[in-house]
Amino acid sequence: MRVLRLVGVTWWLQLKMRSRSSFDGILSIVYPLFFATMIFFMYGQHGDQEALVAASVGAACMGVWSAVSTTASTTLQGERRQGTLELLVASPTSFPLTVVPATISMGTIGLWSLVVTLLWGRFAFGISISFAQPVVFVVAAVVLAFSLGLVGFLEAVASVRYRAAWAIGSLLEFPVWLICGFLVPLDALPDWVRPIAYLLPPTWGVAAVRDAALGGNAWPDIALCLVSGAAYAGIGWLLARRLVDSARMRATLALT
Amino acid sequence: MPVIEVEELRRTYSSRTGLRRSAKKDVEAVRGISFEVERGELFGLLGPNGAGKTTTIKMLITLLLPTSGRARVLGFDVVADAREVRRRIGYVFGGDKGLYERLSGLDNLRYFAELYGVAPKEQGPRISELLELVGLAGRERERVEGYSRGMRQRLHIARGLLHRPEVLFLDEPSIGIDPVGARELRETVAALVSTGTTVLLTTHYMFEADQLCDRIAVIAGGSIVAEGTPAQLKERVADGHVVEIEVYGDAGERIDAVRAIAGVTGVAVEEGATSQLLVVRTSAAAQVTPAVLGTLDGVRLGRVATREPTLEDAYIELVRDV
Ligand SMILES: Nc1ncnc2c1ncn2[C@@H]1O[C@H](COP(=O)(O)OP(=O)(O)OP(=O)(O)O)[C@@H](O)[C@H]1O
Ligand SMILES: [Mg+2]
Repeated sequence: MRVLRLVGVTWWLQLKMRSRSSFDGILSIVYPLFFATMIFFMYGQHGDQEALVAASVGAACMGVWSAVSTTASTTLQGERRQGTLELLVASPTSFPLTVVPATISMGTIGLWSLVVTLLWGRFAFGISISFAQPVVFVVAAVVLAFSLGLVGFLEAVASVRYRAAWAIGSLLEFPVWLICGFLVPLDALPDWVRPIAYLLPPTWGVAAVRDAALGGNAWPDIALCLVSGAAYAGIGWLLARRLVDSARMRATLALT
Repeated sequence: MPVIEVEELRRTYSSRTGLRRSAKKDVEAVRGISFEVERGELFGLLGPNGAGKTTTIKMLITLLLPTSGRARVLGFDVVADAREVRRRIGYVFGGDKGLYERLSGLDNLRYFAELYGVAPKEQGPRISELLELVGLAGRERERVEGYSRGMRQRLHIARGLLHRPEVLFLDEPSIGIDPVGARELRETVAALVSTGTTVLLTTHYMFEADQLCDRIAVIAGGSIVAEGTPAQLKERVADGHVVEIEVYGDAGERIDAVRAIAGVTGVAVEEGATSQLLVVRTSAAAQVTPAVLGTLDGVRLGRVATREPTLEDAYIELVRDV
C-alpha cells in the first residue's frame, strides 16, 4: 500500500515537473510528429489502406519510446547536478523505488505524443482507425507507457556512469523504432533481427496497441509487454543498488 | 548510550588528475576522528574550509562509506544498518541546490514527505506547520525557481524536519539567511533540542556556535584539535582577557617583541582600512597591558580596550597552527 502511494505521488510530481518544461514538452511532441508525417506520406502513396492504418498506429507509439529513451539516460545526472540525488539516496526509501516513478512519468509524457499523432493522422491525413476495442486500446497504451518506463529505468541506471549519457539516449531511439515493429511489420525484417525484437518490451507493447486499435486479441501481447518490462526493471534494480554502493565508495553522489 | 558514536573514523578521497586522468591523487579528508554526542545535546563541529566537516557528516548520514573506523547513530551502524539510520535522521545543508526547481515549495515538501514515509493523514498538517515555522507560509505554491536564496534555505530546513527526526545534521544551515531569519533558526534549533532532538551542527559563525552549542569539536586538517564546551575552549586558549589595541602605521616588526612578553599567550593582527587591530591574548591583562604599550612606544595608537575572550578568539588560536 505504502509503495503504491509512494510511486503514485512521486510519479505525479515528476510528471508535473516534466510537463512544465515547455521546450522539452513541445519538442517531445513535435519531433515524433515530424517522423509520423513522413510515414503517412510514404504509406499514403502506396494506397494500401490497411498498411497505412497499421503504420499510423506504430508511428503514434514512436513518441512514447522517444520520450523515454532520450530523457532516461540523463535523468540521474540531472538529479546529481541539481543536488537532489544525495537526498534521494539519503531517504529511507530504497533508491530504485525513487527512480522508477521518474522514468514511468517519461512514458506517460509519451502518451501525449501518441494521442496527438493519432489526431494529426485523423484530421490532417484522414486516416480513420476503427478502434474496435476502445477500453483494451487504452489499457494497451497505458501498459506500453508503463513498460517502456521500466526499460527507461534500466537505461537510466546503466548510463549514469558515462559522460556521454545524452548520446546513449539518441543512439537507442532509432534502432528500437526499426527493430520492434513500430513502422515495419516484424515479418518483413531479416530473420536474425526477430529474436532481438522478442527480447524488447516495445515489440510487445506496439503489437498490443495495434491489435487493440485494429481488432485483434491484444491481451497476450499486453501480458508479454508487462512481463518483459518487469524483467528489465529487475535487472535495473540490481544495477541501481550496486551503483549506489559504488557511488558511496567513490564519492560521486554530489558534484561538490 | 550516546546517540552518535564515532570511533577512529577516516575517509580518503581518490581523484584522478592530470591531462589523461592518469595520475592518482589521494586526499585524506578525515584522519581518524572520535567523538560522542549524547541524547538531547547540540554538538558543534567547527573548522576552516576543507577541514573535513562535511565529509564527516556525509559518513554519518550514510552518503559516504568510511575508509576505515566505525560510526553509529542511535545504535545503528552507518554502514551495516544504513536504512535504519536514514529513517531516524534529518539532514539540512547550506546552499541553493537540492530542490526541484520546477515544483512549488509545497510539492517539494510533499515529495519528500512521501519518500520519508510520513503518514498520509499527517502530511498536510505537518507541512503547514513547518511552512509556518520557517516563514514560508503564503509562498508555498510558487515554484522554487523563483525563490530567493534564503527562501530556499528555509525550505531545506522544513524538508529536513518533515519526519520529526530524532537526530538532525545541520551543515551550515544558516548560510544565506537574513539576520532575523538566522535568529529564528537558532530559536527553532534550540526548541528542537529542548524537546530531546540531538543536533550536530557545523557553522562558520562563531557567535552562532557559542550561543547554541553545548559542546564543540574543532576540526582542522581532518583531525580534532580541541573539544569541550564553549567556555572550556575559551579558557583553554586564554584563561584571562583579550587586549585590543588599534595601531596606525606598521607594527609588523614589533609583534614578535609583544609575543615575547611574559603573560602573553597569543597575538593576532587584523588588518583594517586605515589601521591594524592588535589582538593580544593574556592571562593577566592588568600587568601585561603596560608592557605591551611600552613595546609599541613610538607607534601611533588608537583605542585600547580589554574584553573577555570570545569563541572566535579561541577558534583562531586553535586552528592557526594547523
Ligand atoms: N568528492 C570529493 N572528491 C575529492 N576530494 C574531496 C571530495 N569532497 C571533499 N573533498 C576534499 O576533502 C577535504 C575536506 O572537505 P570537506 O567538504 O569535508 O570540508 P569542510 O570542512 O566541509 O569545508 P567547508 O567549510 O568549506 O564546507 C577537502 O580537501 C576537499 O577538497
Ligand atoms: Mg562543508
